[in-house]
Amino acid sequence: MAPQDWMEAEKQGAVQHAFSPYTDNGGTSLAIAGEDFCLVAADTRQSEGYSINSRYAPKAYKFSNGAVLATSGMHADGHTLAKRLDQRLEWYEHNHGKKMSVGAMAQMLSTILYQKRFFPYYTFNILGGLDENGKGAIYTYDPVGSHEREGWRAAGSGGSLVQPFLDNQIGHKHQQSPQVPITLEKALKVAKDAFSGAAERDIYTGDMAELFIITKDGVHVEQYPLKRD
Amino acid sequence: MFRNQYDSDITTWSPQGRIHQIEYAMEAVKQGSAVVGLKSKTHSVLLVVKRSADELASYQQKLLRIDDHLGLAFAGLTSDARVLSNFMRTEAMNSRMLYGRPLPTYRIVNAVANKAQTNTQRYGGRPYGVGLLVAGYDDAGAHLYECSPSGNFFDYVAIAIGARSQSAKTYLEKHYESFEESSLDDLVVHGLHALADTLQQDKELNLNNCSVGIVGAGTKFATIDGDELQRYLDLHAQSARARGAAPAPVGESDAPAPMDTE
Repeated sequence: MAPQDWMEAEKQGAVQHAFSPYTDNGGTSLAIAGEDFCLVAADTRQSEGYSINSRYAPKAYKFSNGAVLATSGMHADGHTLAKRLDQRLEWYEHNHGKKMSVGAMAQMLSTILYQKRFFPYYTFNILGGLDENGKGAIYTYDPVGSHEREGWRAAGSGGSLVQPFLDNQIGHKHQQSPQVPITLEKALKVAKDAFSGAAERDIYTGDMAELFIITKDGVHVEQYPLKRD
Repeated sequence: MFRNQYDSDITTWSPQGRIHQIEYAMEAVKQGSAVVGLKSKTHSVLLVVKRSADELASYQQKLLRIDDHLGLAFAGLTSDARVLSNFMRTEAMNSRMLYGRPLPTYRIVNAVANKAQTNTQRYGGRPYGVGLLVAGYDDAGAHLYECSPSGNFFDYVAIAIGARSQSAKTYLEKHYESFEESSLDDLVVHGLHALADTLQQDKELNLNNCSVGIVGAGTKFATIDGDELQRYLDLHAQSARARGAAPAPVGESDAPAPMDTE
């Protein structure tokens, strides 16, 4: 068909259909790094358009080195990325005789994502764990691997609702209150309130939040029910 | 008599129907230090003698983890063992990725044997010069297999390969009937007895020159090295003292019975 024919077709309301390898499954995730803990959380609702696929499809994954990855965007890509990370961690242990540090894993995740620069993993990742000094560490990513270490971050469909709330409550932005380092109790309260708030206004967020609490004693998981509407 | 004419090539049969290159590869296994394997209903255990090239050098590791439920001990060319173990690790991970379940021991041993056989029928290559004892635990219970450079593999309740392994096999042949119901400790002590029999006259098992690998029900494959071995070496020494002509169960006191005074 010549260009003139396309313009004619468009005027008449013709639509060309194409297969898209991507879909948006919605959902919100967040992470907060403390002095001696790290909190990584994600809701469990999986949606597609206006439908709910599942009320319990977790999108935060725990790894053998104590790190937790929260993904948002496309669930299939997040799940497969987690499986590949599992394998890379296993190879690292075989070859080096020890578990991979969170910092090394963070750099590795960046390279894994960039290797698919021309057919990316449609995931917005947040990696959390304890660094080699035992301090909480979170790393945030874009789909092709751009990353940096931060103190707190929210991502996903409700990310823009939650991020300013975290900036204020965790980062003490626009406040004149004393700068106390965040405690685990406060972080959990803030995280739960953040999810409740997001579930109110973002249709893709709800059902349940899974919170992964990472300390030197291991990873503890807490489930927090959210509104199902 | 005609061995020298028919032994340079893996693809040449001898008139007696043998391929000498395969047999020479198996010789390489016999040169390696001894490794022993034995299993009960619930556990599969591997024990190895580690050699060091020099007084100042470290002792060669002879146990390799493949997956949570699979491990191996080897005798022969270390580099060939590394290549085969990397292959097995890839297979194990692929199995988990594709089928969502751990790789059954029989399958991986079969795959290794097929790989080894290929090298016995291909011009320009050589057979792998390493023998493997593969220990696994899955739904079908505890497993112990031997893989050889010939491409053969065998299922065992107990086996030893490497230098002076015949002495270990003699011990295992005497005691194997008690292995199935043995406790883990007893199994390891039996293994240490067999392993100790492969050492030269003036040598003894110590924290440096041996290692134990265990996999089983509720036990992910793990290697016991160095100080952690002390407990088992103590049990072994105790058992050796208690052992007379007949094997004594571990834990029996070797102190004389109190005298009846009345």
